[in-house]
Amino acid sequence: MRLDWEIAKVGWRRYAAYPWATAAGIFTNTVFGFIQAYILLAVYEHRSDVGGYDATDTLTYVFLAQALIMTVYMFGWQELALRIRDGSIATDLSRPLDPQRYWLAYDLGRAPYHFVFRGVLPFVFGALVFAFHYPTVPDAFAFVLSVVLAVIVSLGFRFLYNSSAFWFVDVRGVMMVSLTVSLFFSGMVMPLSFFPSWLRTLAHALPFASIMQTPIDIWLGKHHGAALVGVIALQAFWGLVFLGLGRLTLRAGRQKLVIQGG
Amino acid sequence: MVEPVLLWRRLVGAQIRSQFQYRVSFVLDLAGNFLISFVDFLAVLVIFHNVHRLGTWNVREVAFLYAFSSISFALTDLVIGHLDQFPQKIRDGTFDILLVRPRSTLFQVIGSDFQMRRLGKAIQGAIVLAYVIGSLHVQWDAGRIAMFVVMVPAAIVIFSSVWVVAGCLAFWTTDGGEFANAFTYGGNFLAQYPIDILSVWLRRFLAYIVPLAFVCYFPALYILDKRDTLGLPRFVDFLSPVVALVAAGVAGVTWQFAVRHYRSAGG
Amino acid sequence: MIEVEQLSKRFVVRRGRVRRDRQVIEAVKEISFRVERGELLGYLGPNGAGKSTTIKMLTGILVPSSGRVSVAGLDPSRRRIELARKIGAMFGQRVQLWWDLPLEDSFDLLRHIYKVPPDRYRTSLARFREVLDLDPFLQTPVRQLSLGQRIRGELTAAMLHGPELLFLDEPTIGLDVVAKQRVRDFLIEINRDEGVTVLLTTHDLGDIERLCNRLLVIDHGSLIWDGQISDLKERYGAERTLIVDLEEPAPPLELDGARVERVDGPRQWLRFRGSAAELTARVAAATRLVDLQIAEPDIEEIVRRIYSQGS
Repeated sequence: MRLDWEIAKVGWRRYAAYPWATAAGIFTNTVFGFIQAYILLAVYEHRSDVGGYDATDTLTYVFLAQALIMTVYMFGWQELALRIRDGSIATDLSRPLDPQRYWLAYDLGRAPYHFVFRGVLPFVFGALVFAFHYPTVPDAFAFVLSVVLAVIVSLGFRFLYNSSAFWFVDVRGVMMVSLTVSLFFSGMVMPLSFFPSWLRTLAHALPFASIMQTPIDIWLGKHHGAALVGVIALQAFWGLVFLGLGRLTLRAGRQKLVIQGG
Repeated sequence: MVEPVLLWRRLVGAQIRSQFQYRVSFVLDLAGNFLISFVDFLAVLVIFHNVHRLGTWNVREVAFLYAFSSISFALTDLVIGHLDQFPQKIRDGTFDILLVRPRSTLFQVIGSDFQMRRLGKAIQGAIVLAYVIGSLHVQWDAGRIAMFVVMVPAAIVIFSSVWVVAGCLAFWTTDGGEFANAFTYGGNFLAQYPIDILSVWLRRFLAYIVPLAFVCYFPALYILDKRDTLGLPRFVDFLSPVVALVAAGVAGVTWQFAVRHYRSAGG
Repeated sequence: MIEVEQLSKRFVVRRGRVRRDRQVIEAVKEISFRVERGELLGYLGPNGAGKSTTIKMLTGILVPSSGRVSVAGLDPSRRRIELARKIGAMFGQRVQLWWDLPLEDSFDLLRHIYKVPPDRYRTSLARFREVLDLDPFLQTPVRQLSLGQRIRGELTAAMLHGPELLFLDEPTIGLDVVAKQRVRDFLIEINRDEGVTVLLTTHDLGDIERLCNRLLVIDHGSLIWDGQISDLKERYGAERTLIVDLEEPAPPLELDGARVERVDGPRQWLRFRGSAAELTARVAAATRLVDLQIAEPDIEEIVRRIYSQGS
């Protein structure tokens, strides 16, 4: 436990060390938030409800998504793939610290930094211009829990497609496809409520909705009682699935290295 | 005037040749790039699943905007996208080497990392354009054809100028390179949609300050025979080549200024 | 070829993340020196002494804070592009070749960047190919080259356009003995046969010993030595070492004017000044001498002495 805490601190510090990069990121997220807000607002000129979301919901969604983008770190995480490519993974595997546990602890230290320092301000800027929906206190707690689970699901997925580096020399293809699918179905590009119903059903059956859509829906108060518990349990489920699959690939990868001689 | 262009062609040609050598890798990269940029188009389609008009624009017209901005942005990215890594180059001193060569630094930077895989986005845009151009019923005349031809080069120059100015930030800040993303990738995002759905101050900003509205929006108004809801006079629709020249000038001057600062403040 | 007068460079550095205190660092303090055409000189100094800052001001990368600089008759900060045609630079750690392209392609591109006439390029390249043995890897992408091969490529790149003046920063770093020798021989050759002026920045004292006859030493921004290496040895290296092999191991010899530095069995190292013959005679008189050697002071020692003395 103590070790995990130390690793988490490393994750935090890695990003806290570059305040200017964080400032620049806040600027970027804010700008993107406003652009997307206006685009989606234009949709509400003609209707007042889209897939159960009204204009306020959607605006809140846009800025929450911007706040969560770096928290969940969907884009371009390749650290594990790089370590596999250059062989450092052999050293990692020979140590008593399990790589998956390491990266999980690391990410759980990083995520709070990004949430607080890159997520809050863009949301606040948005809140100054637009009217947002704010959660009830129980929903707020559920939201925080959901975000933590979302980070875990995201890390589990990223760990999985990074480990394809054990078998592919050029992982860019796998990365691109994984990124494309996960981005689209997580609700980052567009709230899932905007999707046609058949696509929405598909999206909710996939694990990626747990990464972004679920926490935001909780904030927006779209789930109550049993449904709320269910949707959080679903996140936990996907987290376990990805982490479990990750263990399998790690073991297979380790075997491959042993056979090849590192 | 001709010689730099020839040199530039050589530089680019050599890079293309070397990238083609790894054919499988190249095709995979291209496909990946195509896919991930296509997601942006899916976003457009999803929006139009819910409404028939965005502002005064229907799905085919927005697709037209989207296609042109995709193609222009992809080609810009090809030529100057590597400016994203510029802060790193400054940090490790690689930029100094450019100063020891008998050419302008900006000239050396443009096209110095010509990644063909970025064409994936352009191809995706071209396919969308081909698909939608017939159903738009454009009244083709000499003027419109001319605009159609000039649009993309002008757009590339404008986008590039924005990118260069944003990239100059790397000379002043250590980690602030990311500020540029708001303008470069943000610019791409914006150019995909008609700007008349934005608030008034944002529209003015995009018309007069960072002239992204001239990348696709104004030329498209002319080709599609639409009116600007801001009520600007018609001749503005023709201004994109002029704006491109002005933007290039501003970018050039900003770059010179930034390099001068770099040379005084210490590499 | 190079004229430097009261050259200074000051940097403003901001320390601390929050308060950002301003601090002015004087990297180069009013140094002056002249280099004539055809010289091959070394430029030494500990890290952070101001070496690379000086070079950057000479090549036009940095603009001086004050003082006068003239390289090949031009002001580097004002006429950078004109000067660039006349100079060649090689920064050992940084790659100036195109990473993904074959070596040949890099040369070709540089030819066009420097606008070298085709026939001059051909003869020039042919010569480098021969002297530096480039043919085996001329077609290989730069990223696949070994360090030695890359350095040879970079040297060629720095010289293809026939510069009058060469700035070389750590050109032999990381090379094996054979490669080092090849590079050194090459530099001597072009300096002697073509009169190319060479300013060599290096930590490798072997380079200095074998290539340079003049040495500039900079420390803490000031020039603390500017002169011939022989003078340097005379001034700082007056002590030599007489290595004597005695018939059998003995306690350290006690002789006037000689200090035993080290004993290893029958062999003793004696530090002395003045006549070696005279000391040898005294040693022979005092004990049974089997063999002897005289070691000249090595430059590493001398330079270390200079750094520690400061001036």
